Amino acid sequence: MRFAERVTTLGRRLPRWPVYAAGALPAAWLAFRLFTGGLGADPVKVVEHELGEWGLVFLIATLSVTPLRRVAGINLMKHRRALGLLAFFYVLLHLLTWVLLDMQLLWAEMLKDIYKRPYITVGMAGFAAMVPLAVTANNRAIRRMGAVAWQRLHRLAYLAAAAGAIHYLLLVKTVTFAPAAYAGAVFGLLALRAGWNRRLRNGLGGLGPT
Amino acid sequence: MPYRFRTSLKSSDVTPKSAWMNRRALLAGAGGAAFAGAIGLPARAELSYVKSPYSTQAEPNSLEDITSYNNFYEFGTGKDDPARHAHQLTTEPWPVEIDGMVGKPGTYDMDDILGGVTLEERIYRFRCVEAWSMVIPWIGFPLADLLRRVEPGPGAKYVAFETLVRPEEMPGQRRAILDWPYREGLRLDEAMHPLTILATGLYGDPMPKQNGAPIRLVVPWKYGFKSIKSIVRITLTDREPPTTWNMQNPREYGFYSNVNPEVDHPRWSQATERRIGGGLFSSRQPTLMFNGYGEEVAGLYAGMDLTKHY
Repeated sequence: MRFAERVTTLGRRLPRWPVYAAGALPAAWLAFRLFTGGLGADPVKVVEHELGEWGLVFLIATLSVTPLRRVAGINLMKHRRALGLLAFFYVLLHLLTWVLLDMQLLWAEMLKDIYKRPYITVGMAGFAAMVPLAVTANNRAIRRMGAVAWQRLHRLAYLAAAAGAIHYLLLVKTVTFAPAAYAGAVFGLLALRAGWNRRLRNGLGGLGPT
Repeated sequence: MPYRFRTSLKSSDVTPKSAWMNRRALLAGAGGAAFAGAIGLPARAELSYVKSPYSTQAEPNSLEDITSYNNFYEFGTGKDDPARHAHQLTTEPWPVEIDGMVGKPGTYDMDDILGGVTLEERIYRFRCVEAWSMVIPWIGFPLADLLRRVEPGPGAKYVAFETLVRPEEMPGQRRAILDWPYREGLRLDEAMHPLTILATGLYGDPMPKQNGAPIRLVVPWKYGFKSIKSIVRITLTDREPPTTWNMQNPREYGFYSNVNPEVDHPRWSQATERRIGGGLFSSRQPTLMFNGYGEEVAGLYAGMDLTKHY
């Protein structure tokens, strides 16, 4: 476990701010290409899609922290909050792009879409699930709620990730590699947890809450 | 073992035609041709054409928008894939098979097809089923001109079209993204309508490969996917032909696929569209019935329930 220990030590030594800074780089790169005309004929769609995709990437990273610890012995728990907040940041920007630049504040049409279009319904549900997580992503909230209730609330992250993956699968016209790969990653991570919970219930080496 | 010549060079190492055509164009010093070469189009003489009263007054999209933002799954599913990969396509020679219920079936090459037609510039609105739109200055001629020459039989009711299948030049076809060949179809009266054209050019130049060279259909009152590209087969038939997107997902894509703001695609609304070309703030505007061509084509569908025949 030499490697795992080294990564864990590195992770513990690393302050939190560089994770936020590195996580903001994709947004900065997108903004740079936007203002230098590098996004092609329909920049709105590129911005919307890339932000959504990064949201999914950070959701998957967030959900990978526990399996990394339990399976590979790499402990990056210190940085999970940063990864989760970055996921929220990208999903929020993705939603704002849809509201402001894509739908251009046509509220009636957006409400109809949320109600009628499964991929938008699912996407909005995923976003809604992330709001309480972002609001309680601080130590004060953990103290006020108590660790057990806080942890239970934060299982909404599973819902958000599943919603994100399904949202992507539903919106493409033909299933291509990317949405299938994201769905595979998300549901693989969720299946891993389901397996642990089953073992826990059957008393086969419970390892505590995930 | 006998000596055999081997090389690590692949066919992809050969200078692409567009590149040496570029150099020629620059040497010739022809302004227009050099410009066409510079943006990756075949540098050939401009086409001669006449203006058409069917053209819209709207400002066309830039050539760059039109040639860099394409749905042409034969070259990949990304909007930029066709511009990146279509140079691999060989468009000469280009035989088109015309068969089925016609008096003069046969294999026609592009010279046969273009002989005796007058090319026109048709500046049309183009509305994609994905709720974006452009304005495109096509060069082409009425499909009816060609159909009349091959003499549709008395029983013919539909026209079916097929795109080339050539996976070695069309990388998207190496995977079963769609059930190749790409197929489209029109009712004969739609096909004979004067707005329906076979386009062979764009902005006064021969058709860029990513836009469906050398010959494609343009039906401006239908969603863009009906306007099939790089056609190699035209069949007249008495029954509604299978069409690719309808085969893929019949609930979402009907045979008619007329632009209709009142009939939503199950996954997205068709009430409005975004006009490509306005950058970050390209305006969303209401979609018009039959893409604004209702006066000319509504009569084709008199008495039909368009929510059923979507």
